[in-house]
Amino acid sequence: MKSAVIRFPGINREDDAARALRLVTGRNAEMVWHGEGELPSGTDLVVLPGGFSYGDYLRCGAIAARSPIMEAVGVHAKRGGLVLAICNGFQIACEAGLLPGVLMRNAAMHFVCRFQHLRVERADTPFANAYARHQAIKVCVAHGEGNYVADEETLARLEREGLVAFRYCDARGNLSEAANPNGATNAIAGIYSENLRVLGLMPHPENLVDPLVGGIDGRGLFESVASALVEAA
Amino acid sequence: MLKNDVAITPELVAEHGLKPDEYQRLLALLGREPSLTELGIVSAMWNEHCSYKSSRIHLRKLPTTGPCVIQGPGENAGVIDIGDGDAVVFKMESHNHPSFIEPYQGAATGVGGILRDVFTMGARPIAALNALRFGAPEHPRTRHLVSGVVAGIGGYGNSFGVPTVGGQLGFDASYDGNILVNAMAVGLARKDEIFYAAASGVGNPIVYLGSKTGRDGIHGATMASNVFGADAHEKRPTVQVGDPFAEKLLLEACLEIMAKGCVIAIQDMGAAGLTCSAVEMGAKGDLGVELDLDKVPCRETGMIAYEMMLSESQERMLMVLRPGKEEEAKSVFRKWGLDFAVIGRTTDTRRFVVKHQGEVMADMPIKELGDEAPVYDRPFVKPAVPGAVEAADVAAPCSNMQALLRLVGSPDLCSKRWVWEQYDHLILGNTVLPPGGDAAIVRVGDGPKALALTCDVTPRYVAADAFEGGKQAVAEAWRNLTAVGALPLALTDNLNFGNPERAEVMGQFVEALRGIGEACRALEFPVVSGNVSLYNETHGRSISPTPTIGGVGLLADVRRHATPAFKREGDLILLIGDTYGWLGQSVYLREICGRTDGAPPPVELPVERRNGDFVRALIAAGEVNAAHDLSDGGFLVALAEMAMAGGFGAKITRLPGETDAHAALFGEDQARYLVTIDPQKLEHVSALALADGVVLTILGTVSGSKITVPGEAPIEVASLRDAHESWLPRFMGSGVVTH
Repeated sequence: MKSAVIRFPGINREDDAARALRLVTGRNAEMVWHGEGELPSGTDLVVLPGGFSYGDYLRCGAIAARSPIMEAVGVHAKRGGLVLAICNGFQIACEAGLLPGVLMRNAAMHFVCRFQHLRVERADTPFANAYARHQAIKVCVAHGEGNYVADEETLARLEREGLVAFRYCDARGNLSEAANPNGATNAIAGIYSENLRVLGLMPHPENLVDPLVGGIDGRGLFESVASALVEAA
Repeated sequence: MLKNDVAITPELVAEHGLKPDEYQRLLALLGREPSLTELGIVSAMWNEHCSYKSSRIHLRKLPTTGPCVIQGPGENAGVIDIGDGDAVVFKMESHNHPSFIEPYQGAATGVGGILRDVFTMGARPIAALNALRFGAPEHPRTRHLVSGVVAGIGGYGNSFGVPTVGGQLGFDASYDGNILVNAMAVGLARKDEIFYAAASGVGNPIVYLGSKTGRDGIHGATMASNVFGADAHEKRPTVQVGDPFAEKLLLEACLEIMAKGCVIAIQDMGAAGLTCSAVEMGAKGDLGVELDLDKVPCRETGMIAYEMMLSESQERMLMVLRPGKEEEAKSVFRKWGLDFAVIGRTTDTRRFVVKHQGEVMADMPIKELGDEAPVYDRPFVKPAVPGAVEAADVAAPCSNMQALLRLVGSPDLCSKRWVWEQYDHLILGNTVLPPGGDAAIVRVGDGPKALALTCDVTPRYVAADAFEGGKQAVAEAWRNLTAVGALPLALTDNLNFGNPERAEVMGQFVEALRGIGEACRALEFPVVSGNVSLYNETHGRSISPTPTIGGVGLLADVRRHATPAFKREGDLILLIGDTYGWLGQSVYLREICGRTDGAPPPVELPVERRNGDFVRALIAAGEVNAAHDLSDGGFLVALAEMAMAGGFGAKITRLPGETDAHAALFGEDQARYLVTIDPQKLEHVSALALADGVVLTILGTVSGSKITVPGEAPIEVASLRDAHESWLPRFMGSGVVTH
């Protein structure tokens, strides 16, 4: 499995993503500068990591979405390559048109960092096959603009076609207002592209890979990718 | 002779914060009248904030050496050795005055400044903490200030990408007109790859890096050395604006060129910007510095030398580069999109020469500006210490369980979750113990080592007895590190006091420092860095003396740590230490009885040391399931905190000490801890305590969902948690003060 983690200026969870990949898959990810025009050859998984690319100035993800490397990421996605877009990466993916919708300011109007449970909406995807459907997994959130919003038609399509990947829930898997950290529509924490090969999500599975630091529920996501790639090979 | 277009009048000298005798000193030093630029430079270098002129002779008395100390005070930050070639670089600094004027930017740039201090030394920041003091909740500006400061700290630290893992938040009317924002940063470096400020080599290029220079923050450091009057809000233009994105780029670029061996010396442009950084590099290296301001990257047009020298624009660095390495360094900075300009060189003249548009604007002896700035031995009077309050003379106005419920939901003791959830405390994936415990634990890389970090001071103790209060601040930091299982190694201090020109304030300062020094020596806990913030006074009223202590401890194996949360039903609850029922200056006395009198609890340093060493050894041996130190609110508040954190109740079968119930439950006697153990280990643990001469008392067991205390109605842990968690969100969310 060959992973490429993209480094945009102002990104700050790229090392966390690389560490999770190393811990779970035993392989080092390649760190790729945003100014590059090509992905390393043979890249299976592209990670757009969390952080504050370009300081979140203008609009979250808007400037990074126009980085040279994003054209190559678009081609990779079109070819059916895997893309994992986390937090600011999710915002970048939306701005780049890889995923529909937009991430707005949190409903409570301030940044929120906390441990957070997610309900796995489907387990038959390259990113979630290590989980069970409707399993509640514990990860964390850390963002100021994670309130997922899309037009009604898009929302209806996401729901109808099963493209909602994760929803915010409590420890028992129940959806509630209190369990939704940012006011996201339909408690949406993450969504898939139509071919299920691009996943965008606000929470950070990469920070939950270690029993000493909050737990290991995030490992499943990286294990899923690894086994999906083995099966495909 | 320097050309001077502006007449240097006594009024202009006074506006620059120079006292008449200081101006005379300047005249003697130059042998002529200063230029306007020179006057500006001197006002920046000789103000209290940069020169420590009132505090320096007292700071010298603090212990600053020890087996782990690599670099004590005097550099950008302190450096300690944590073994295996690893070093920890840390410091705390205040941004009190700017945060009061403009809370978001004031706090944000405070965080930016302290992070820069740490990575200037070659360390990558791995944790941030902050100690905040606001006015009374009822004060009309308090909510606005809390909201702005918290958002500013989060806005900067979150974007920069450092976990903010702990701190302190308190309210008191003495801060109504003068809040405290103390920010601490901790970084990790290799022991043999630390970078310092002292320049070396003659004729080496001096390079300007980072953001462009604008007119923001001119005279910020001078402002921070003044008392506030009614015009505080008019000082807003002296507050700088932070850009965490630029700082993140600066971090990566600096570490990259350091790794490439390009850097001889480095100094960040913080207070007094270009002036302070250039003078310090030259003065520390016994060299002269010559700057050509035509080369300085400016963001505004028409800036004069005076403005460029005093600008406090953020996210800027000054470096002396290794000759021949300019191009390599430049390409790194270009890659990160940052400005890079050679703006001067080192000389052998020991003079600070500033040129602009072909003219010499300043030409001054550098040593006298820098490390030979004026020093004052200000007059002081030792403050009177109040007598002790006897428990028998304090009537309990309500039941002890009602008092507990009120205390855990009071502004100072309530949960600060509303604050720390706005800080990214989980980034980097090493936060083993997040905010809310005694100390935060941050693992070092992939482990097994970890750092324990805390910020502590009890201002009401220091106000009542500066000497004991100073001791207590150090002891509590040491105790908090110990309670998670860490060995306390060293500390940074942030000494916030009132106007040093008042003898009684100076007396508080001198006595508090004497207490801090005594505790540091007894606990082998040296001071390696720090910051002094004086003139915290508004309308003639000084703040409570607040010497914040930022402690750093080491866990050899992070798997052997303790947290306050109860873990298992049936565990025995043991109290370590003696209980006398000391109510003077307690939270109980203030919140429940409405009294603020009496002497604070004395700190018996040998007992502190013995009890702490005992608890730390128990944790390291894996004997305890939970541990918590006793501080504000005494035994019963500590017990409630352990219960709330773990989701278990407790059945208490006997009260600590031989005193009245309310004093036993809420007295704030020092050097105490609560631990829980498996009942089967009791014999073993008791024998260890006996051998060490430690007082150990069995008080009860972890049990059920209620806290039960002899002679009191039981209380549900869930009700305590409701009170504990709700005060701050309600206060911040509503227009009504519910206290």
